[in-house]
Amino acid sequence: MAKYIGKRLLYMLLSLWMIVTATFFFMRIAPGNPFASEKKLPPEIEANLNAHFGLDKPWYAQYWEYLVRIVNWDFGPSFKYKSQTVNDLINEGFPVSFLLGMEAIFIAVAVGVLLGIIAALKHNRWPDYTAMIVAVLGISVPSFIMASFLQYFLAIKMGIFPVARWESFMHSVLPAVALASTPMAFIARLTRSSMLEVLANDYIKTAKSKGLSRGVITVKHTIRNALLPVVTYMGPLTAGILTGSFVIERIFGIPGLGAHFVTSINNRDYTVIMGVTVFYSILLLVSILLVDIAYGIIDPRIKLAGGKKGE
Amino acid sequence: MNKRLSIFFSMLLVLSMFLAACSGGGDNAEDGKKGGDDDKKSDVPQELRVNINTEPPSLNPGLAEDATSGTVLRQILEGLTRIGKDGKPENAMAEDVKVSDDQKTYTFKIRDAKWSNGDAVTANDFVYAWKWALDPANNSTYAYQLYYIEGAEAANTGEGSLDAVGVKAVDDKTLEVKLVNPTPYFLELTAFYTYLPVNSKVAEANPEWATDAGENYTTNGPFHLTEWSHSDKIVLEKSETYWDAETVKLDSIEMIMINDPNTELSMFDNGELDWAGAPTGALPTDAMQALKDDGRLTTQPIAGIYNYKFNTTVEPFNNVNIRKAFAHAINRQEIIDNILQGEQLPAMAIVPPTMFEENEKGYFPDNDVEKAKEFLQKGLEELGYKDASELPAVTLSYNTSEAHQKIAQAIQDMWKQNLGVEVNLDNAEWNVYLDKINTMDYQVGRLGWLGDFNDAMNFLEMYRDADGGNNSTGWESKEFQDLLAKSATEADAEARQQLLKDAEAIFMEDMPVAPIYFYTNNWVQAEGLKDVVVSGLGDVQYKWAHFE
Repeated sequence: MAKYIGKRLLYMLLSLWMIVTATFFFMRIAPGNPFASEKKLPPEIEANLNAHFGLDKPWYAQYWEYLVRIVNWDFGPSFKYKSQTVNDLINEGFPVSFLLGMEAIFIAVAVGVLLGIIAALKHNRWPDYTAMIVAVLGISVPSFIMASFLQYFLAIKMGIFPVARWESFMHSVLPAVALASTPMAFIARLTRSSMLEVLANDYIKTAKSKGLSRGVITVKHTIRNALLPVVTYMGPLTAGILTGSFVIERIFGIPGLGAHFVTSINNRDYTVIMGVTVFYSILLLVSILLVDIAYGIIDPRIKLAGGKKGE
Repeated sequence: MNKRLSIFFSMLLVLSMFLAACSGGGDNAEDGKKGGDDDKKSDVPQELRVNINTEPPSLNPGLAEDATSGTVLRQILEGLTRIGKDGKPENAMAEDVKVSDDQKTYTFKIRDAKWSNGDAVTANDFVYAWKWALDPANNSTYAYQLYYIEGAEAANTGEGSLDAVGVKAVDDKTLEVKLVNPTPYFLELTAFYTYLPVNSKVAEANPEWATDAGENYTTNGPFHLTEWSHSDKIVLEKSETYWDAETVKLDSIEMIMINDPNTELSMFDNGELDWAGAPTGALPTDAMQALKDDGRLTTQPIAGIYNYKFNTTVEPFNNVNIRKAFAHAINRQEIIDNILQGEQLPAMAIVPPTMFEENEKGYFPDNDVEKAKEFLQKGLEELGYKDASELPAVTLSYNTSEAHQKIAQAIQDMWKQNLGVEVNLDNAEWNVYLDKINTMDYQVGRLGWLGDFNDAMNFLEMYRDADGGNNSTGWESKEFQDLLAKSATEADAEARQQLLKDAEAIFMEDMPVAPIYFYTNNWVQAEGLKDVVVSGLGDVQYKWAHFE
């Protein structure tokens, strides 16, 4: 296990270096610069700014400086937000995105699994159809449409929740639900189909014939096995929710990190682009590793140390 | 179906609330009260809630370079002058202004005013702030706004010393400013944010004074900065140390940062905001007509223009008749009525009517297709083409945005219909687009311009030199340059205005730019809210605002 994790960490470092390098060079060859605006700066001022941010140095010097900065976990000043460093942006924005993401993942998994189980147990009856109609809707309605829909009905028409912002728990409900709707639907379908598969297995029939109660069969023998695909999906889900929340964050005016992920690119705010990319990359690499480890714990057939999954 | 959906959603909500509560939203739970209170805020009279769209990039007046920062700064810091309710500059920190006969030396008497920490506002606070911005080491992008002052440009570009800059504290209460040229709009400029003072004692002791709210952020304006939660909100409270505190009625202003027009309007409709739309926010275009029909929309023209620039260095736009043909063949009113819907004014001139009133009509009629065809024929002949079908397709460039795209498509169609010219559309991301325009890698491209100060010069001087930073048309005219140069030394306001008007006439005769429309600000505001002052430049001031 330790050997496996060590090896994975090494690969992670290598991936990270490749991501950093690729981002650095793609960013530099992209046309435009951080100081471009409709009102053009006098050339002397622009030259001054370039010197201040080290943009007048040759690329290899900039690249090397950047690597050193990452190792020291200091991403430098933001070009656009002069009152904050990139570390400030991450430290302030990420906890918000994380909390929202976790709330959404919790809703997606809890509701999704519940719907999936109900659908499987009531296979081809009305609860199954209802759950699957909901799932199809969840998958096909984009999260930003869902967001506007929730805002309109639950905030404006019914007045239960505030329209937007990040102030209290009530403020977090609508964005979390909007963010959770698609993965929740996906998890419900996933759970349902894998439950049905498990329920058709011989050992379930054996358990039934031994006279075990339905509840015991469901909890002890079915759910655990049926959840494996859901766990597999957790890696990309975490990734998707943490990096993909920018639309929801924008609609609900949430001061998360997602917005910086997008606006920094439009602003050519090099340090923010790099800082946020490195930060998210680490986060994603770690979440993928965690999912792989969780995989091994849930299904003992998968031997992590052997290096091959699902023999 | 609907019933089933609504049952599901109520189920889902109850569930998610329960589940999310278990998931550890503890941090937020204590704030839970506030959400409920919001709805009742109308009972609490003097608390204004507005949207400022984004995080202000900097609240250091020397570093600020954008409208959002300017909006916040204008409420918390006060310059020598302030643009009054009537749109004219009035004395603010300056109690009295004396102008020399040659109009190049201004002597300001600073009034007895205090910073929020009790320090007196002195002439030195202005000298410090202006020289700080001009110091090349501080990388102030807007330092060029101070170039009207003697020696400022040289100091900022490293060719002169900061000591030689023509701004001096004669004593604590007297500030003397020497200008390069007589600048009739200088008292407008002293209200602009780059000219705001900074508490020199605090700033010298702590270079990071402007990065957060707190005791370092001292203010001399109508409001204090009491909270700055980055990317989320800014809270201002009435300043008791402000010299004109009696006039200020609002107790607090909450400025939130929502970057989505639909959300902004929804929050307004839900009573969570007292103002939605320009100048600090935006309204969704789709909602404009409905708001207008309800009589809720307020529209105000501002000093800004939306242009199509021609690259006059390439065929066919190196020909003035072709440029005129393209400019005449646009139906501006149709674009405004069908696409923009914000009651903008069709532009047939380059200086906004807020500065030259007669420009409401402009230099030629809108949508003059007959004239356009004549110009086209003449131009084609001059270029050696028989008719429009021989003319190679023209490329129309714009940057990514739904509105720009719709306008470009409409104009593409008008040019095709009216002139029989093939037009290709070329869309690019903002930064890439600016690069194209700046390197003259385009034929026709859109660009907007919003005035920084209330003077026609601001809309003309960018076309002075072909290689000037904001010209990007390749156009240059000796006559135009001469008129601008004359206006710079003309001390008589009326004569100067006429010189600028003549310069504009030359510009419109050569037509390096096809003006499309003059901007307007559109907004909705809470019923009881009065006296929020939006200037002709689109700057908002809450000094006089109050709820009735």
